[in-house]
Amino acid sequence: MAAVMPAPAASRLLLSGNEAVARAVWESGCKVAAAYPGTPSTEILEVLAAFPGLHTEWSVNEKVSMEVALGASMAGARAFCAMKHVGLNVASDCLMTMTLTGVKGGLVIAVADDVGMSSSQNEQDSRYWGRFAHVPILEPADSQEAYAMTLAAYELSEKHQVPVLLRLTTRICHVKSLVVAGERVAHEPAGFEKDPQRWVMVPAHAKGRIPVMFARDKALAAESEASPLNIVEAGGDRAIGFVASGPAWMHVKEAFPNAPVLKLGFSHPLPLERIRAFAAGVDKLVVVEEVEPLVETELKAAGIACHGKDALPMMGELAPQVLKPAVDHLLGKGPAPARPEAKPQPVFPRPPTLCASCPHLGIYYTLSQIKNIIVSGDIGCYTLGAGHPWNALDTTICMGATMGVALGIDKGRGEADKNKRVLAVIGDSTFMHMGMQGLLDITYNKGNVTVLLLDNNTVGMTGGQNTPANGRDIHGMSAPQVDLVKVVEALGVKPERIKVIDPYELPVLFKTIREEIKIDEPSVIVARRPCVLIEDFKPFRPYCVDEDKCTGCGNCIEVGCPAIHVSKRDKVVKPSGKEVELAFVNIDSQACTGCGLCLQPCAPDAIQHVPLTGVPIHVVKS
Amino acid sequence: MSQEDNITNILVCGIGGQGVMTATEILAEAAISQGHDVKKTEVAGMAQRGGVVTSHLRFGPKVLSPQIAPGTVQVLLGFEGAEALRWAHYLRPDGIALVNNAKLVPPVVELGLFEYPADPIGAIRAAGHHVVAFDALTIARELGEIRLGNTVMLGAIADHLPFPPDVLLDCVVKRFARKGEAVVELNRRAFAAGRAAVTSGVCA
Repeated sequence: MAAVMPAPAASRLLLSGNEAVARAVWESGCKVAAAYPGTPSTEILEVLAAFPGLHTEWSVNEKVSMEVALGASMAGARAFCAMKHVGLNVASDCLMTMTLTGVKGGLVIAVADDVGMSSSQNEQDSRYWGRFAHVPILEPADSQEAYAMTLAAYELSEKHQVPVLLRLTTRICHVKSLVVAGERVAHEPAGFEKDPQRWVMVPAHAKGRIPVMFARDKALAAESEASPLNIVEAGGDRAIGFVASGPAWMHVKEAFPNAPVLKLGFSHPLPLERIRAFAAGVDKLVVVEEVEPLVETELKAAGIACHGKDALPMMGELAPQVLKPAVDHLLGKGPAPARPEAKPQPVFPRPPTLCASCPHLGIYYTLSQIKNIIVSGDIGCYTLGAGHPWNALDTTICMGATMGVALGIDKGRGEADKNKRVLAVIGDSTFMHMGMQGLLDITYNKGNVTVLLLDNNTVGMTGGQNTPANGRDIHGMSAPQVDLVKVVEALGVKPERIKVIDPYELPVLFKTIREEIKIDEPSVIVARRPCVLIEDFKPFRPYCVDEDKCTGCGNCIEVGCPAIHVSKRDKVVKPSGKEVELAFVNIDSQACTGCGLCLQPCAPDAIQHVPLTGVPIHVVKS
Repeated sequence: MSQEDNITNILVCGIGGQGVMTATEILAEAAISQGHDVKKTEVAGMAQRGGVVTSHLRFGPKVLSPQIAPGTVQVLLGFEGAEALRWAHYLRPDGIALVNNAKLVPPVVELGLFEYPADPIGAIRAAGHHVVAFDALTIARELGEIRLGNTVMLGAIADHLPFPPDVLLDCVVKRFARKGEAVVELNRRAFAAGRAAVTSGVCA
């Protein structure tokens, strides 16, 4: 990451797509850049924050980030916002009217689709927003293109006074390839001009802007037809030709090196006439697009015969090994003989885990011990509570949904659930992103929900970004710190129903949850401990197991800490005749950071501090 | 000429937090220094949470797709035994697996829900692949610092690249230059020990 910023023009840099976009945004003279962290887009703003001469910020959510960018653009500044695909759902309310006002200073929205779903709750195709919002879409295929198209997007945005969507995917954002960088060109904001017909979107004004939008669509279509970002590669074998965009274009080139290809860089509006001419020169036309059949559908509507999702998968990445057999089948070649050695061997799954000393461990261990509860969850590391060994989360939908879902379960439950208690789990950052409104809805509508607000002082899942509640800005500098307890109280939770506890203290945690779920009104338990991956966490003296004392009960394994390992398994028959499986454990003292959660359920006191001689030098017991 | 003929495919695999991505980054720097076009890809979303991590490195005159297809890897650099087995089908028939014979057991295995393979290295060999296994952690510990394990891994692959081992060593040295000559020297020794572990064919 550090390599991006100080590099002089013409440097040949190995950059991820995210780093390349950041470099280009800076070079464009952009003055304001905003985002909420979201995989795979997070690093764009992290990198931009290191550049001089522009305002960068973590916004509280994607909608706010887009509004900040729009405001900057109204003032005539070049502006930028970045988000993951689901973030654009949140921001879409702004987008759908921003398309009417249009922009003044160039405004680029980088949206990163998690094709293949490495770290998301769904797989969506953000190219739909181009159609829905009448805005152009550029689709880079690698880092150099991500860089060049970001610069091109600013020109396009200002020429047509339109926000431009830069559609990225995980295979752009997180692939590193070589980029030749340029220089920053200053861009002085032209200044805000009072223009209510343009900026005040009441119906009377909006009606006047809709024809402007349609006229812009036509101009953009003409622009796309002539755009050098759309490229025809003649190829040799005309039996089959491809229309492809983004990483899928690379995959086509890899799998069919001799085929003619029309590469869409400026993919919305489509250069229909160029595609029509291209289609006329090949026997069969195949559209290769990740995820939805958007281009395919539009070509068919325009009377251009083509194949697409009839042959190719509707989900996941279209890597060469996926593409080649599917297209060969379409050509009637039958399946290629599988390489016998290219079959995976069965190996246990290795899902992501919570970290050693993660404060969420205590929460989910406790929830897993309480019967007759329904626990709605949310987006973050703590979604892992749905997995083994806790199986303690019952729902996960979208950012902040835990509140509304919990209230709905409370209000909608029938006889079958009347004795159950409803809890909602949410992280501090997700709470500020979109959870606060849901909590207000719970208090306003007298919901009977116990909220667990897991305050780990950061956005954990995306790598530990700062938030309004940890008192640090995107640069790590001091920022006004919001008091979450006061926020909760202001949202209508009675002060006596707000409990702040330490999630490392299991008995208190257990007792507090048990007490609060019995009370028929909203309560909020703030569980406060820093994420172990941020600067606020200070490791404690690690633990080890006295193997003479371990009885093999396995209680500590149920905590779910990745530093606990089974050293020996055994079976014993109890006097009652019941067979019991035993798992004797040890602790990897190199991985243990001494939170002490595992020793609390250990009846024989077999878990002890490592001898002082074994303490890693960096550990200071506090 | 097809891509397969002039592109080097290296797959580095392991577990989040082991340093897979950094090691691949250094390999990429070495390839760039030789004038190659380079692409490196991984899915990093939840990698630091102890999940499966693979890093694909492709280099040559011109690299298109960043993703390596199964059955086309020349060198598989495995940071953990079972992870090397998980990705062994990416090897092409004449490819080689260089594997740190470490055993990192995930919670789902500790809970008794799944079994760890009895002999991952043997299983890769049984699938017909050439494997060299070694114990990077022990080698690093003998040098006095377990964090040298990654440099041992880079030393291990140094003689299986289409350029001289010193090209990679120079990139390692460059990484640690800021930390002073003592650290550089330790890394030189770790690199040499990794090379020796593989070239002598030591099986851990």
